[in-house]
Amino acid sequence: MALHRGRGFAAINYPIGMNLGGDPSQALVHSNPDGKFTVALSAIDLGQGMKSVTRQIAAETLGVPVEDVYVDTADSDTGPHDMGSFASRGTHRVGNAVMRAAEEARAVMLEAAAEELEVDAADLVTDGKGNIHVKGAPSRSITTMAAAQAAQFRQGRTIAGRGIFLIPLSEVDAETGEMTPVSTFAHAAMIVEVEVDDETGEVSVLDVKSAYEVGRALNPKLVEQQLRGGAWMGMSHAAWETTEPYYPARDHGPVDFNHYLMPGMGDLAPHHISVLERPAADGPFGGKGPGEMCANPVLPAVVNAVYEAVGVRIDDLPVTPEKVLRGLRAQGGAKPKKRL
Amino acid sequence: MSMIEFRKEFFRDERDDNLNEIGKPTRRQDILGHVTGRSPFYDDHLFEGLLHIRCARSPHHHARIRRIDVSEAERSEGVVRVLTGKDVPRNLNTLLSLLDFGLDDEPLLAETKCAYKGEPVAAVIATSEAAARAAVKKVRVDWDVLPHVLDVEEAIRPGAPTVCEVYPGNKFVYHGKYDHQKLRYGDVEAAFRQADHIVEGRYQMSPIEQAPMETCGAIAAPEVNDRYVCYTGTQALFFSLGTAAKVLSMPSSRLHFVGGTVGGGFGGKVDSIHEPIAILGAMLTGKPCKFAWDREEEMQVGAPRGAERWYLKDGVMKDGRIIARQFTGYFDSGAYTRLSSYAIIKGVGHLPGPYTIPNVSANVYCVYTNRTPATAMRGFGITGVDFAIEAHMDKGAEAVGMNPIEFRILNAYRDGDMKAHRREAKNCALVECCQVVAEKAGVRLSGEAAAAASTKGGGGERGRLPAHTVTDQDGRVEGIDTGGYARKGGGASVSVPTPPRPAAPQYQSAPTPAPQQAAPTPAPPPAPDAARKGALRFSSLSGFRRR
Amino acid sequence: MAKKPVTFTLNGRESAAFAEEGQNLLDFLRRSVGDLSPKYGCGQGGCGGCTVLIDGEPHLSCLTLAEAAAGRKVETASGLATGPVLHRLQEAFMERFAAQCGFCTPGMLVSAKALLDRNPRPTREEVIEALSGNLCRCTGYEPIIEAVLDAAGERARA
Repeated sequence: MALHRGRGFAAINYPIGMNLGGDPSQALVHSNPDGKFTVALSAIDLGQGMKSVTRQIAAETLGVPVEDVYVDTADSDTGPHDMGSFASRGTHRVGNAVMRAAEEARAVMLEAAAEELEVDAADLVTDGKGNIHVKGAPSRSITTMAAAQAAQFRQGRTIAGRGIFLIPLSEVDAETGEMTPVSTFAHAAMIVEVEVDDETGEVSVLDVKSAYEVGRALNPKLVEQQLRGGAWMGMSHAAWETTEPYYPARDHGPVDFNHYLMPGMGDLAPHHISVLERPAADGPFGGKGPGEMCANPVLPAVVNAVYEAVGVRIDDLPVTPEKVLRGLRAQGGAKPKKRL
Repeated sequence: MSMIEFRKEFFRDERDDNLNEIGKPTRRQDILGHVTGRSPFYDDHLFEGLLHIRCARSPHHHARIRRIDVSEAERSEGVVRVLTGKDVPRNLNTLLSLLDFGLDDEPLLAETKCAYKGEPVAAVIATSEAAARAAVKKVRVDWDVLPHVLDVEEAIRPGAPTVCEVYPGNKFVYHGKYDHQKLRYGDVEAAFRQADHIVEGRYQMSPIEQAPMETCGAIAAPEVNDRYVCYTGTQALFFSLGTAAKVLSMPSSRLHFVGGTVGGGFGGKVDSIHEPIAILGAMLTGKPCKFAWDREEEMQVGAPRGAERWYLKDGVMKDGRIIARQFTGYFDSGAYTRLSSYAIIKGVGHLPGPYTIPNVSANVYCVYTNRTPATAMRGFGITGVDFAIEAHMDKGAEAVGMNPIEFRILNAYRDGDMKAHRREAKNCALVECCQVVAEKAGVRLSGEAAAAASTKGGGGERGRLPAHTVTDQDGRVEGIDTGGYARKGGGASVSVPTPPRPAAPQYQSAPTPAPQQAAPTPAPPPAPDAARKGALRFSSLSGFRRR
Repeated sequence: MAKKPVTFTLNGRESAAFAEEGQNLLDFLRRSVGDLSPKYGCGQGGCGGCTVLIDGEPHLSCLTLAEAAAGRKVETASGLATGPVLHRLQEAFMERFAAQCGFCTPGMLVSAKALLDRNPRPTREEVIEALSGNLCRCTGYEPIIEAVLDAAGERARA
């Protein structure tokens, strides 16, 4: 009886945003009298970082520091309509709506500043630190706070903006499946190394090496959160989890975390991530959405690695010790295949 | 131990990296609330006199309801009211009706029959959770147990029990016309005849629980001005609001939904079941009501990522080019549609994966079985078929004796290629991901694979539509119209005229052994068919459209 | 049902409330006392989201009777900070991006505090063992382990 190591490869792409479009998102941006901004959304933060990424998008677009922006979500009385947080659509759809709202608010802010500075608004730029100045002449400057105060109390302008982003709904041809499913894709490739115990059938993931292309990484730490957590979930899908272990029979369905298995802290594998950034033409600052696709390459990479390790193809998830042992028995023991 | 690197050298000329806030590792806006335990999740809103709701559920996979007797439950200690389907103003819904897709097929509380184990038949409202639990056991249902079916392929055989009467064949109806979604691109059968290898496989994706650490739930309470406030863990605020407004026949202006701080979702919090039941409870008792699942319900009656079964067949040339790929897919939707019908359209648009294959065909079925309905989960519509495709790609590489990474790079889609859903591929980066992983893992690639790029070698012949696409009328269904969403021609059935058939494309392997120089392109197809109706123009918004 | 007064110390402050018969400590803290930082994740003792310290030892409050807290010192995540000054674990969790949805975070922090209180310089393996009863569905755990090691102030012993 022995432990066998094997490596498996998989590559995937992932459509960003709700398929076929038809999924609008709205955002409202407005300034307090002191030049601090509120973004009002109904979009949901369920841990993926909606509040944080839209805050950075708003700050970048407005040209103010991120500390000067607060994202308020989600209250149906104040936040305008959004389809919801699913389909990797948050960054792409809501981000674009926030950008448009912020652009509109920024334009008013610059008009207010132009009136105070007695220049043309088209000649003004922001320094991202809370100042607005004439392009090429940093001394002819006004703070965003002063511009906002002037707008509110002297000029009677609302520094506010509305934004909506909508990919129009695509038709689907009944005969050929012709459709316009998405506007952009994220990508990933991965090598997983496993160890298979040919006595117990247990599969351990030893190491993961990945490359994820996510469009522009709008916040590298939030991207890392998704990729690391998502790959862990993929590993869990591959070899641990299911609500119906003997599908299609419904027997032995787990009802607690002692029976619904997921890798714990002691089961982790080192995950070496490389991030590539090919900006999406229609993404906010080129961002895509890394939240869902990060799990997908792990599942096939694990079964492909098991095959290299012991020569057993597991085409039926999850890869349980029982399935590995049945496979080993059927072929008369481990038959490693060198593939990579 | 683990590490991360940002490979800025790739696609550098496509980005401006000099931005103030974008690209910075700014701390999360919500992190202080998280580490101090003060982030307000839906259940962190306290109400004096909160009532608790718990459902009585079917113990059977499939059973007709002769009678529901709630009188004993109503007399149980602490019980304020027991809801049944009769209390729901509009007790039939399908989630995607907000998108005009699919027919109303699922009750909030079952009245005439249950089609899965755990389907709710009554909701007990009591002063404590314990009282609600005790009373649930006193709900008496007179069941007439029916035969059930749990396997997708058994469910679509003639004579199988009808799971959901709205779809008598146990299959969702697409475009009011077919019992499956079709993808037809080129001629797979002709290409299979010319292929050097045929690679076949069957793949089964398991049902998976989203398992957010916070279970699904909502609290509703009467608010001032004759409105109802609903604190919810939904992933989609207006989706849940719209669903509640519909099933409660209530204008949305009377509903005030608050959420946005959610303890994980992963797709499991879009089904909008808790909000309408909690609001209905608040309406009928005048008191704040909480409806939440415990962990057992979350795992067994909360909708999972549905199981999927895929059959794949590839035609592969000796030099590694895949010239044809055929899919048959069965999504296990469980007892009702929820979102599975939509997942299939998403999945079909994704086929054949990130590869340029000149002949692709798919039949994908949304199948009803007597199990907990499926819903969204991270990777919705894609994770299962990606598992199938990539496990299959490993077999294809083995069949032709190629390194699995080089096999992917050879077939990878590139900018300008035509995808099987008839839109041009853009912004591709699969090749580069493959190369980076090979480099990190010390896998030596051939010169050709190492030199490949997503921006090179695509388009041209690879960007043309197939000269001829084989279509068929298999799976034709009459008399069911499942809504206008995504419907070509706004609802009227459109049949595609069959053009005269040109000569099938000829595929030949490059000389063996697999060449270093051979371009990774399929043999050029013949000139586009002149008889094809309508010219194509490109629209930046929607891609190619028939004029 | 009979209600019993329970007097205890919550995060260093005298506290008292009525507990219902059979009420668990999680529900008692959240609904009767108003400390919302312990979370209900399963009610089965399986996820650790409800972890609190009783006399310095981690306990699953969903499986603990409210009365068991009588006369004892109870600590929760909401008491970790001293006024506006955060505990070093909280700082480390922020710095390491060790929370996403944040639902498991209070329980993680409490379990980690119990560890550091009794073992200020834990190894990676000791961190893993101490936190193995706390589940997280978002992060893949790695940043949480890193954060606890950071807070312990000594790295690379693992």
